[in-house]
Amino acid sequence: MLSRVGETLYWVSRYIERAENVARLINVNNLLMMDLPKGVCTGWEPLIDIIGVRKAYSENHTDFSEQKALRYLLVGSDNSSSILNSITSARESARTIRDVIPRDVWEEINSLYYYVKDNQKEGITKRGRFEYLKKIIDSAHQIFGALDATINHDQGYVFIRFGSIIERADMTSRILDIRSATLITNEEEVKPFDNIQWISLLRSLSAYQMYRQEMGVRVQRADVIEFVMHSKVFPRSILFCMNELKALVLPLPNSTEIIKSIDDAIVELENKDVRVLKNGLLHDFIDEIQIDLAGIHNGLAETYFLKQAE
Amino acid sequence: MMDKVKECMKIDWKAYQTKGFFDELIDAQGNVRSHGTQLAQFFANLSAEELVKARAVADLAIKEMGITFTVYNEGNMIDRAWPFDIIPRTIGKKEWQSVEVGLKQRVEALNLFIDDLYHDQKIIKDGIFPKGLLEKSVNFRQQCVGINPPNKIWAHICGSDLVRDGSGTMYVLEDNLRVPSGVSYMLENRSVMKRVFPELFEQVSILPVDDYPSQLFDMLAAMSPRPQDKPEVVVLTPGVFNSAYFEHCYLAQEMGCELVEGRDLVVEKDDCVYMRTITGLQRVDVIYRRIDDLFLDPEVFLPDSQLGVPGLMRAWSKGNVALVNAPGAGVADDKVVYAYVPEMIKYYLGEEAKLANVPTFKCLDPKECDHVIKNIDKLVVKPANESGGYGLLIGPKSTKKEQEACIAQIKADPRNWVAQPTLDLSTVPTFDGNKPDGRHTDLRPFILSSGKDTQVTTGGLTRVAMVKGSLVVNSSQGGGSKDTWIVDEEAK
Repeated sequence: MLSRVGETLYWVSRYIERAENVARLINVNNLLMMDLPKGVCTGWEPLIDIIGVRKAYSENHTDFSEQKALRYLLVGSDNSSSILNSITSARESARTIRDVIPRDVWEEINSLYYYVKDNQKEGITKRGRFEYLKKIIDSAHQIFGALDATINHDQGYVFIRFGSIIERADMTSRILDIRSATLITNEEEVKPFDNIQWISLLRSLSAYQMYRQEMGVRVQRADVIEFVMHSKVFPRSILFCMNELKALVLPLPNSTEIIKSIDDAIVELENKDVRVLKNGLLHDFIDEIQIDLAGIHNGLAETYFLKQAE
Repeated sequence: MMDKVKECMKIDWKAYQTKGFFDELIDAQGNVRSHGTQLAQFFANLSAEELVKARAVADLAIKEMGITFTVYNEGNMIDRAWPFDIIPRTIGKKEWQSVEVGLKQRVEALNLFIDDLYHDQKIIKDGIFPKGLLEKSVNFRQQCVGINPPNKIWAHICGSDLVRDGSGTMYVLEDNLRVPSGVSYMLENRSVMKRVFPELFEQVSILPVDDYPSQLFDMLAAMSPRPQDKPEVVVLTPGVFNSAYFEHCYLAQEMGCELVEGRDLVVEKDDCVYMRTITGLQRVDVIYRRIDDLFLDPEVFLPDSQLGVPGLMRAWSKGNVALVNAPGAGVADDKVVYAYVPEMIKYYLGEEAKLANVPTFKCLDPKECDHVIKNIDKLVVKPANESGGYGLLIGPKSTKKEQEACIAQIKADPRNWVAQPTLDLSTVPTFDGNKPDGRHTDLRPFILSSGKDTQVTTGGLTRVAMVKGSLVVNSSQGGGSKDTWIVDEEAK
């Protein structure tokens, strides 16, 4: 496996995972807003924070109206994490390794690109939005499914999985961070909506059903945080993702250092009683996790990606 | 959709005009040629709706399969869908077999010629090929003198352009010996056709084309300096911005080889080539390079080339890696050298050329140069070393001003120019709006030589000028393409 190819596979998969996550995030926020009364609703602002683009957004926008925020999240050309930009980057990267990717997968990435680009109006309208986002999520699942079923599970596959899972862990931590901070929990009269918002957080991670199977019917703050951070069985929990990352790099050559950095992150995460973390402390801890994830990425790049010629 | 259907109509071959040209499907009397009868019948039976649908299916298939080519426009790179016409071009199997024989003969002579130029230059000493021509050749590489590539093959892959004139005679228009492209489109055109008209392939006996990638791989593997079970063969691309990038990927994928860029490769102290993998360096045996000579190795050629690999020529000249095509093979690819191919065939093989050259005036010869200048409005004038239709002057379609500019260029450097009579290129029925109309066409077969055997693609890439009356078929200049069928009329 060429270093350049390994690196590109990692990014293709990471971009597609990101597009899928953003699509799911928008979809859930959309549903949440229908359930919340106007005065209580946090609108679209938190989504801009979750994907970490507030500064760039503020440069060209004065408010967080649905139209503006949505356009920015879906197709904003000045938003490197917009769905269209993620898919475009995935396609452009995939194009440089078309020889490695199974034909069907390339065709699916290519069609997804055209779909996102050609139907962007649908995504902005209230009626068309659900279908548009669903198609993106389905298509991402199909790409990962086809990869899983048709590409050799060799070193290249490790990089595909790694890119997808590190992005997933990153997104879970962001969603938890922002959503828990913007939840309105202090005032008595909004209590009934508290519940809805935690459910919405779970839904953003496709975790609602699995949460109930694992943690029971009642949705409570402490349980939700415990589940999305510490679950050993839910594939989007941060701990699950970290364990997965470790398992992936184990068979790679020269992986001692990166395994150690993942191990350290796992120990730190496992030993933390996340149930009791209140807003500020939770935020600080999530910051640490994000630094760990960045460190794991750098370790991978350092060891396996193509270095600029000396 | 409905509007389109109304615009479109059933095909009536009787209404098709050949307008005095040789048409690939319909003869001068308006009858369908024997190798095209089933095809013509099939298309005539399609309803207007079916035709519209078929064209839509083809467009969609091309978009979905991501069959693209890249054009440059004012510094921007644009990835365009491959322009494709759904009516195939047919050639009878018998005729094709004789073309094949002619192509093999031609490439054999070309390889002997290149090897001779880099060694004893007997053909010059014997007065067949002018010494002055070689001295001025921009594709002769001093660095290749005395090198012995495996089996003495330099042009392993040759793409020769064939055309027919008004009488239907097939001519070789030029030979592409550097990095000929187009073969992936030949293969993709066939897969698109299979998606669009699967039933046609049951009715007509069409010879398959899809053997090419395995033949290519076998040829490449046979060039390996380390005879072993699985030589490491790679395709070297300039990268995603190259106009033929699609093809580089396609061939690497079909052969199951790594597609590498210059930065993936390194020549170590042992003068062997390695690729940088996640497990460290790995030896490379054969490089199918799709980078022009001058960019291959910054130590030897252009020092600021970012596309190549420093030390590559060193590794190649020591026989530690095979380069396909060999550096310097382009010396036989220029349009002046072309004029001497019939003489080469006679000189090296003692045979007459089985495939004709288009009569060519060499401006190097003062008499012929004079003729070219006097008759510039009737001739096609070509610079020796351009490809893709660039720098071409088509006399009858040019303005006085263009002709004068061209004459000035000829006078400045006569060696660089040749001229040929304008051929009444044959036409082939091609959709123009709602009905088929004749469009000029050529054919590029690909010839693989390993020194042990020579193989020719079944047919090749048919290119058509999509613009009415145009003679320029290059995709970079608005040309399109068609599936090419070699039809076995005897098979039942």
